[in-house]
Amino acid sequence: MRRRAAIFFAAMVPVCAAQAAPGGTLRLTAHAIGSTLDPHIAYLQLQLQVSATVYDGLMTYPKAAGPVTGGAIPDLADVRPVPQDGGLTYVFHLRDGVRFSNGKAVDVEDVAASFRRMFKVHGPTAGSYFGVLVGADACLKDAEHCALAGGVVADPAQHTVTFHLTRPDPDFLNQLGFAQAAIVPADTPAHDMGNEAPFGTGPYRYVRYSPNGGMTLERNPYFREWSHEAQPAAYPDRIEYRFGLDEEAEVSAVENGQYDWMGDGVPLDRLGEVGRRYTDRVTISDFPNIYYLALNVNEAPFNDVRVRQALNYAVNRHAMVIHEGGEALAQPACQMLPIGLAGFEPSCAYTVGAAPDHPAHAWKAPDLDRARALVRASGTAGQTVVIVAPAGATYLAIATELRSTLESLGYVASVRGINQAVQFTYIQNSANHVQAGLTGWIADYPAPAAFVQTLFSCASFHPRSDNSINMSGFCDPAIDALMDRAGTVSMTDMPAGLALWAQADRAIMEKAPAVPLTQIRRIDFVGPRVHNVVVSPVYQLLLSQLQVR
Amino acid sequence: MRSSSSLPPGPWAVAIRALARDRASLVSVGVLALMVLASLMAPLYARYVSRTDPFLSNVAGQVQIDGRAVDIMQPNDNPLHLGLSPIGPTGRGAYLLGADSQGRDVAARLLYGGRNSLLIASAAALLCVVMAGVVGIVAGFFGGVVDAVLSRIMDIMWAVPVYLFAISLSIVMVSQGLTIGPFTITSDNLLIPIVIIAIVYVPYAARPIRGRVMALRNSEFVLAARGLGVPSARILLRDILPNVTGTIVVLAPLLTALALLTESALSFLSIGVQAPAASWGTIIQDGEGLIYTRPLVAVAPGLAIVIVVLALNVLGDGLRDALDVRETSRRGH
Repeated sequence: MRRRAAIFFAAMVPVCAAQAAPGGTLRLTAHAIGSTLDPHIAYLQLQLQVSATVYDGLMTYPKAAGPVTGGAIPDLADVRPVPQDGGLTYVFHLRDGVRFSNGKAVDVEDVAASFRRMFKVHGPTAGSYFGVLVGADACLKDAEHCALAGGVVADPAQHTVTFHLTRPDPDFLNQLGFAQAAIVPADTPAHDMGNEAPFGTGPYRYVRYSPNGGMTLERNPYFREWSHEAQPAAYPDRIEYRFGLDEEAEVSAVENGQYDWMGDGVPLDRLGEVGRRYTDRVTISDFPNIYYLALNVNEAPFNDVRVRQALNYAVNRHAMVIHEGGEALAQPACQMLPIGLAGFEPSCAYTVGAAPDHPAHAWKAPDLDRARALVRASGTAGQTVVIVAPAGATYLAIATELRSTLESLGYVASVRGINQAVQFTYIQNSANHVQAGLTGWIADYPAPAAFVQTLFSCASFHPRSDNSINMSGFCDPAIDALMDRAGTVSMTDMPAGLALWAQADRAIMEKAPAVPLTQIRRIDFVGPRVHNVVVSPVYQLLLSQLQVR
Repeated sequence: MRSSSSLPPGPWAVAIRALARDRASLVSVGVLALMVLASLMAPLYARYVSRTDPFLSNVAGQVQIDGRAVDIMQPNDNPLHLGLSPIGPTGRGAYLLGADSQGRDVAARLLYGGRNSLLIASAAALLCVVMAGVVGIVAGFFGGVVDAVLSRIMDIMWAVPVYLFAISLSIVMVSQGLTIGPFTITSDNLLIPIVIIAIVYVPYAARPIRGRVMALRNSEFVLAARGLGVPSARILLRDILPNVTGTIVVLAPLLTALALLTESALSFLSIGVQAPAASWGTIIQDGEGLIYTRPLVAVAPGLAIVIVVLALNVLGDGLRDALDVRETSRRGH
């Protein structure tokens, strides 16, 4: 399962610059978007992509191609605030003249109410990202009466909102740039709005949504561009998004010009055809992601570090790249920090000729001899291992490959495919005793903490909960302390902080709570009517920037 | 008393002779024997001809062709280098029919798949005719309340579309396995599709058997036996059962064909034979994602299914014609 939000690199293949040509109706297709429209709750990639054209937060990430080098930028705030009181206080001054799509001007009370609402609707990131606010503990215990007293203070006279934190959080501004920190009117009902959308400030507003049929967006008549980088004015007058086709049909429809873009990835069997016949309609882009096999360190045989290391040695990552569509679309992953992310330092402990104490620069080949020796030493050969994978074709192909690897190490392995919508939470719950769960991770914001700390800190492991993103159940106090130090140091000395993050990444891989497999590239395939394809590493294809011929 | 050499041939001998004169039936038997033999040879083929393990992924592997090492997954010919396709038919021992998306030898998997498909189909058909035979004979012979109860149960089962019934049973059994008293059958056990398929076709086989038994129950030789005070069990075993055997034998190949189709459908839907085991249905599923680039992966098992089902249907027709003679002969005694 993949969550969506942050990123960094840029579009690689053709990005057509063209004369601005506003107007027209953009026609999009996807199998399903499967999500509520409520921006404080929606967490699926396709919905977040649309949400980025409807809502704004105090901060955001540049809506442009190119790497995100400086973190989040101001959006509804007019400048990036400087942390005060040793990182415990942030004062945001709001832009003037920004209006919601119902015509109401955005004021500071809307901001304060939006943060309270995130807790009231049990937003999935309210606790993890904003639990650091003063008063957040009370909100987490009693969401209905959440006041964030002393945590978010609105000052209408100064047109400012002040955030008070219980402890310094080096990622606070980055987390404010995540789509779920959207600002909505203060009178928005404090419950999941479902198929109804709160008013937003972006260039579009929803006019119709049917989860099984589609959605329609039209221009927000009150939108005026205040920052081209934060929220650029849109080109199409209208967006028609239709659901129901499968990926094969989507490819055919985009090829034939019936749709302008497909939200789902191009299936592997159509890649050759698309790459051969529609070269000028394909955009390939990098983004920080990692696909990996989470090994449950609390379940046999992976409660033995030697078995975890053995599997890391044995996995043929070249085969994984093939399953993802080849080297143009994926590269082997050897560590949990993705290539290109700040803090990434090349280090491959598990390849032929390498070890955790003398890692190689990159993955070369599997080392089956060393893997088998480790398994022999562990005495676990012959045990059964079940890999729980999402029931998608690529995931199942990768899981089948991993099953073969486990069999070659002497285990009795099998694959259990589970509906993708369920698998992501299923493998998080320790009560399900999942031994190995195949998954992917796309961080909400581009920072090392969003990978290694989110996925492997003790605080991320919640036994017997569906919301325990530390799927390995890994908890090492020493590594936790190292990650905390990396975050703290990053606030004052970024290079030193990033070096500590790289050290934490290596320390985690030495314990091998997961098998990193691949880092993939995204492919966008557009129809013949559109141009000006701009792919942001955070928001992916910018729907508002497509121009319809 | 006539000597044995001058006795008229028995009904089975007559039937076999009739079948032997039917060219279409003979060809069908030959085709079926060939398919079974080929499937039984799967391990030998994998070991000595293709020299691959058809159950292990091999996408990063290579195959020797004309002394050259060739990648099993071939880069697609496009300027963006997008995607790879499994190697196509080589015309040689290794990867004769090409590879699937896991880099496995399709020909070897086809033979292994045939073993499972044919085993499940024949075992399911056998189990089905046994169950249907019991139901049909008991219902037809005893009539009354027994017949009414059994017939209504069959009616209810018949009212549910067979594939919907099979899918429902499969989802439950494949996800949870099957526990009967002290015995537990795991979800990957072939007994599960065998039992499911046998159950769903019982009404289809029980009906004609019941009808035949009802007709026999009022026949002169049965009435004579009753009149002589012969016990019901003896009448069932000595008079009824031999006379419905023909009906059962004719049903067997037709049920086998139906079972084969059902097994393929269930396996295609991932609720029949479970990976890493193969059946023709799972291989078609493997080929679904390659239909644009390597259609043979799906077409080859599809053709195998068509050939076997056709042969079974022709054989069923031949048996029906041949065994009609036997039944006439029996009634003549």
